[in-house]
Amino acid sequence: MEKEKIVEMRNIRKTFLNNVANNNINFVVYKGEIVSLLGENGAGKTTLMKILYGMYTKDSGEIFVNGKKVEINSPKDAIALGIGMVHQHFTLVRTLTVLENVILGLPSPKGINLDFDYARKRLQEIIQRYGLVVNPDAKIWQLSVGERQRVEIIKALYRNINVLILDEPTAVLTPQEVEELFKTLRIFKKEGKSIVFISHKLEEVMEISDRIVILRNGVVTGERRKEETNARELARLMVGREVIEVLREKTSVTEKSPLLKVEGLKALNDKNLVALKGISFSVNKGEILGVAGVAGNGQRELEDVICGVRKPISGHIFLDKDEISGRSPKEIIRLGVGRIPEDRMESGLILDLPLYENLVIEFYDKPPFSKGMLINYKSIKRFAQKLIKEYRIKTASIDVKTRTLSGGNLQKVILARVLSQSPKFIIASQPTRGLDVGAMEYIHEKLLEARNNGAGILLISEDLHEVLNLSDRIMVMYEGEIMGIIDRSKEKVDIEELGLMMAGAKRRKVS
Amino acid sequence: MNTGFWTLTFWVGFLAATVRMATPLIIATLGETFAERSGVLNLGIEGMMIFGALAGFLTTYFTKSLWLGVLVATLSGIAFGWLMAFLTVTLTLSQHVSGLGITIFASGLAYYTYRAAIGSPTVPPTIKAFSTLKIPLLWKIPIIGPILFDQYAITYIGILLVPLAGYLIYKTTFGLSLRAVGENPEAADAMGINVYKIRYTALLIAGGLAGLSGAFFTLAEFNMFLYDIVAGRGWVAIALVIFANWIPSKVLWGALFFGSIDAIGLRLQGTAIKVPFQVYLMLPYIFTIIVLILIARNASYPSALLKPYRRE
Ligand SMILES: Nc1ncnc2c1ncn2[C@@H]1O[C@H](COP(=O)(O)OP(=O)(O)OP(=O)(O)O)[C@@H](O)[C@H]1O
Ligand SMILES: [Mg+2]
Repeated sequence: MEKEKIVEMRNIRKTFLNNVANNNINFVVYKGEIVSLLGENGAGKTTLMKILYGMYTKDSGEIFVNGKKVEINSPKDAIALGIGMVHQHFTLVRTLTVLENVILGLPSPKGINLDFDYARKRLQEIIQRYGLVVNPDAKIWQLSVGERQRVEIIKALYRNINVLILDEPTAVLTPQEVEELFKTLRIFKKEGKSIVFISHKLEEVMEISDRIVILRNGVVTGERRKEETNARELARLMVGREVIEVLREKTSVTEKSPLLKVEGLKALNDKNLVALKGISFSVNKGEILGVAGVAGNGQRELEDVICGVRKPISGHIFLDKDEISGRSPKEIIRLGVGRIPEDRMESGLILDLPLYENLVIEFYDKPPFSKGMLINYKSIKRFAQKLIKEYRIKTASIDVKTRTLSGGNLQKVILARVLSQSPKFIIASQPTRGLDVGAMEYIHEKLLEARNNGAGILLISEDLHEVLNLSDRIMVMYEGEIMGIIDRSKEKVDIEELGLMMAGAKRRKVS
Repeated sequence: MNTGFWTLTFWVGFLAATVRMATPLIIATLGETFAERSGVLNLGIEGMMIFGALAGFLTTYFTKSLWLGVLVATLSGIAFGWLMAFLTVTLTLSQHVSGLGITIFASGLAYYTYRAAIGSPTVPPTIKAFSTLKIPLLWKIPIIGPILFDQYAITYIGILLVPLAGYLIYKTTFGLSLRAVGENPEAADAMGINVYKIRYTALLIAGGLAGLSGAFFTLAEFNMFLYDIVAGRGWVAIALVIFANWIPSKVLWGALFFGSIDAIGLRLQGTAIKVPFQVYLMLPYIFTIIVLILIARNASYPSALLKPYRRE
């Protein structure tokens, strides 16, 4: 069977100031295939796809859809050509309902009047056909991340698209949700539609794709059929060198002195339900305590409470001798807590400020960055220069709006800011979500380095692999309670047992 | 005249005055609701109302046609709405500065035009203003009739605009796009909505309604143009939008509430309670501040309000 080209992008070039994001890229999508775009953070994947979707204008190059040369100047043009995109950062209107978001921007069969009945019927059809369960009348802000993503996909399907671009769709999903997404994508493919899949998770890429295109520094560095490659080779093509999984250094802590002590902590979630049901645990100096668990079992609230952005209803948190519960986030940072928050876009960075300000935003009011009431920008900029070099943050300059950095580089900004202060205690929540293998390796290395230098680290992650790789002890949370703590200096981890604990089916006595 | 406090006549008169005084607020606030729903705070509203008052008055003064006055007032508002859109949407200038600039410019232009056209006679010239329009049959209903169905034509228009605005905002494709643009313009843009077009449309509506609202003062409420005729009602409208949580039906109640405070002032001036009349004039503004203190905290502002939109 002759493969039919649906989309062909030729010699696409796009520069931001002096930063070449796409350097004469050629990229083809065939009918009925799932093609993965793989590449490091900042390689130019999102940029290429935004050009195809009409959100960025290319500097030069040509695009063909179904063999015809086209000009795509806005998402509207792209949608009309049957191209849909689900963005890395969702584009939903929080205050509108699912149904309203789906029909947004579309002409209505009833002229100027919205036709909710018709829309609801079509929405139900799509929900059923692709197994994308979501309540049409829920407001977006009430939905979980996984549900929001389903809405994004439904939005694209509702527009009868033939090519669906998914920009890191799995970065925010639980493993179960990923499986469901893949089921949907397979149905999609069976119907002869094509998918462009962007991800950093090599196992996923190997599982779902037919073909893989690798980008590095804005150029295509390789193309493989799934059958003729493996995860290891892909990693090498992506990063340009052999990637070795970091192995945990065996320098185990000899004397255990507790650094952070949590006692009987109770807290509510945003919906005013009890999210932490009186938990107690401690983190020692020079150890990583990994928190395993399915998202939404109190991890988020635990992070918030420790950082001081959520008030507990009862219980205590001590850092060394200092009680930190009930203090302001600023005081807590001052006392030596470094925070790498789950929501890096919203609570980690102020995206509209220049990069150099974000690099000092947690301590700009301390010397040498300010003196009295005056900020010393010279020293801040010098410091920022040093950090972007040290942490290999990819950016055109330190003066750009932070928003323009790619996802992985945003995370490096936070990491650099935190580690530059050598905190006593670090709380890292999903620290490598959305990061490429190279960046992930780097962040793991840095966290281990901090641990070896005596910092205590609470690592919250949905990536079980990551928890297993880094932690000295593993704590499992389920419905706001601790199901057990596994001390790896004393026993081997039984993955099955861990799974049961995560599902709430098994509980250990917590000493 | 019987001004006894507890008589039925007093209350009917008071409520009728409430509806009358609420009219310009209803119209202007509905317009402002459209602007803010699209993400633009229209501080030009006060100036647009003043100019609308002047444009309506002059047109009627020279042509003797009240409806032509209404039309020209509305059109003048639309023109200023366009200017506001050009400054804030196309040039992405500060909404505060543009809006205040337009208010200063439009009011100045209104005073200047008045002087140029009329001069400064000791007694301001008058027109024959709208008289109330009794709705056949309905106005005869006891109590309700005189309150609701013996009003100026513009008042009826204002009241009918409330469901119309609600319909536009909640039931049409334009309304959905409007709400999306004011909440998350990036998302709207990604769905193929022309953010600029929606904001322009919203500001043209806001301007037109501000102009119409201004005309009410010179063509119905009074029969002449005075410099302080609008007297800050535009600013009250800005507060009312928040009070109404950007919902048209609530605009009606909010405007009636403020209308009633105006009406109290009017009524009490004629009674035995002796307070300097300036106190009554202050009442609406004092209430504006009180209401904002009570309500603003829980107000759910359109998320993109005040944020200019630029595409990469
Ligand atoms: N709007 C913008 N303004 C300036 N620079 C930009 C903009 N968007 C992207 N860039 C730059 O272009 C380069 C490519 O970014 P892009 O977002 O395409 O990377 P990516 O491959 O999607 O990375 P990630 O995996 O981290 O999402 C980066 O160096 C980034 O800083
Ligand atoms: Mg990207």
